[in-house]
Amino acid sequence: MSALILIALAALIALGLGLAARRGYDMGLEEWTVAGRSFGWIFVFLLLAGEIYTTFTFLGASGFSYGLGAPAYYIIAYGSLAYVIAYFLLPPVWSYAREHHLVSQPDFLVHKYDSPALGVLVVVVDIVALVPYLVLQLTGLGIIVAAASYGAVSEDAAIWIGAAIVTVYIMVSGIRGSAWTAVVKDVLILAVVVFLGLYLPIHLYGGIGAMFEKIAVAKPGFLVFPAKGTSVSWFVSTVLLTALGFFMWPHGFAAAFSARDARVFRRNAIMLPIYQLILLFVFFVGFAAVLSVPGLKGAATNLALFKLATAQFPPLVVGIIGAAGVFTALVPGSLIAMTAATLISRNLYGAARRDADPQQIVTLAKWLVPVVMLVAVYFTVTGSSTIVALLLVGYSFVTQLFPAVVASLCRVNPVTRAGAFAGILVGVVVAAVLTFTHASLGGMLPFLPQTLKDLNVGIVALAANVVALFAVSAVTR
Amino acid sequence: MRLIHWLAVIPFIGMLIGPVLHNRVHPLLLGMPFPLGWISIWVVLTALIMALVYVLDPRNREE
Repeated sequence: MSALILIALAALIALGLGLAARRGYDMGLEEWTVAGRSFGWIFVFLLLAGEIYTTFTFLGASGFSYGLGAPAYYIIAYGSLAYVIAYFLLPPVWSYAREHHLVSQPDFLVHKYDSPALGVLVVVVDIVALVPYLVLQLTGLGIIVAAASYGAVSEDAAIWIGAAIVTVYIMVSGIRGSAWTAVVKDVLILAVVVFLGLYLPIHLYGGIGAMFEKIAVAKPGFLVFPAKGTSVSWFVSTVLLTALGFFMWPHGFAAAFSARDARVFRRNAIMLPIYQLILLFVFFVGFAAVLSVPGLKGAATNLALFKLATAQFPPLVVGIIGAAGVFTALVPGSLIAMTAATLISRNLYGAARRDADPQQIVTLAKWLVPVVMLVAVYFTVTGSSTIVALLLVGYSFVTQLFPAVVASLCRVNPVTRAGAFAGILVGVVVAAVLTFTHASLGGMLPFLPQTLKDLNVGIVALAANVVALFAVSAVTR
Repeated sequence: MRLIHWLAVIPFIGMLIGPVLHNRVHPLLLGMPFPLGWISIWVVLTALIMALVYVLDPRNREE
């Protein structure tokens, strides 16, 4: 019962903070979407860090290390390197966005390439990536609440309630609602994750080193990259690809517009890598579960953390973990829902109706939030398998925007409008085909040495993208 | 790109080269399997290198 009260309290606090965030602001388009470009480094830090601390932190990262071992290490590496890229990428993007009053990622490419049609393509790519990501948050929320309430609240009930809370506070407060609730989320999750990551290895194994020694004996090879498949060359290529794609997620890209000045990003390039280390403690929990709650397979590996927690702790502690888990779903979920609604309103409706004023755009965007949410809830509770497949392509989809964005930052853009369009389209199609056919480089080119066979297949999509980008640009110049 | 910005290449090389050169559990680094310990140390070094870039980058003294 105490666990349930804590979870309900977390939901109420999220709603209250989300609504209070509006106070004193008139929610016009630039205010609702990018907080009038007024955020200092802490809010921007929390919004950019939001990518790391989603339900994935709780369930996915611990489940990944529990199920697969060493390949999970890549998650810490790519985040840190993504922030190094951000030091150079985000300041010019931010300046340009401020100058032209941009509020969304497609806005940026529409303006740079002077092509609303390109914006429509980018919206499609973004939505295909974003909706499954939102579904993932809601699914995670359901799992967390059901586990932490010992089954008292069903997954479906948790999903409906969570979606309703997010919808209400995002409609009212926009990005400020996300930022305010992000403060509570990060404080809670920091405390919970560091505690679990230190307590469990020490309590169960006598220390972190002792835990890893025991796993190394019980499961040889589990703590290093395997010779084939997710090998070292997979690690290197995946880290590089995901680091490039990191800030191409439309909600992260647009959240960067909310900064007060360009220095905010350069300063955050120092702080954010360190923040990645919190994931270490999540890994420790996952590894602690390997020998303590063995036998979880497939999707059940995502429950590793909660299986271990409910076995080791009283309901009060499980409730606190659950409360932190609720925030990790609601905050990223709110940012994603707001971004998806903004994209549709601004870059689809706005492209069709050029005379629409900002007030119409923002009103439509606010009312699209419940629509987006309902679609996501539908996919979540019906457990659509298509969505699971789409989730795999999401990251490689948004990565395809990277070449066109970077080219547009050059003093003289080497890429034409048609080139940008062709590059993104080719990259996305190749990425989709590769994902759905479960292709690998080794399968396509069996004569390659193993090191090259294991390279992340996403490189093929990105390469096809760059080739199309420059070939079509050369022809249409 | 100013000269100082090239410092930012170091984290990429440093972070990735550890598992390439030594994909073994032992020696443990900070109690962790070698590749994980290596990556963690390089996360901290990345932050330090970016702090150096920040301090030396003249753009951060404007405004």
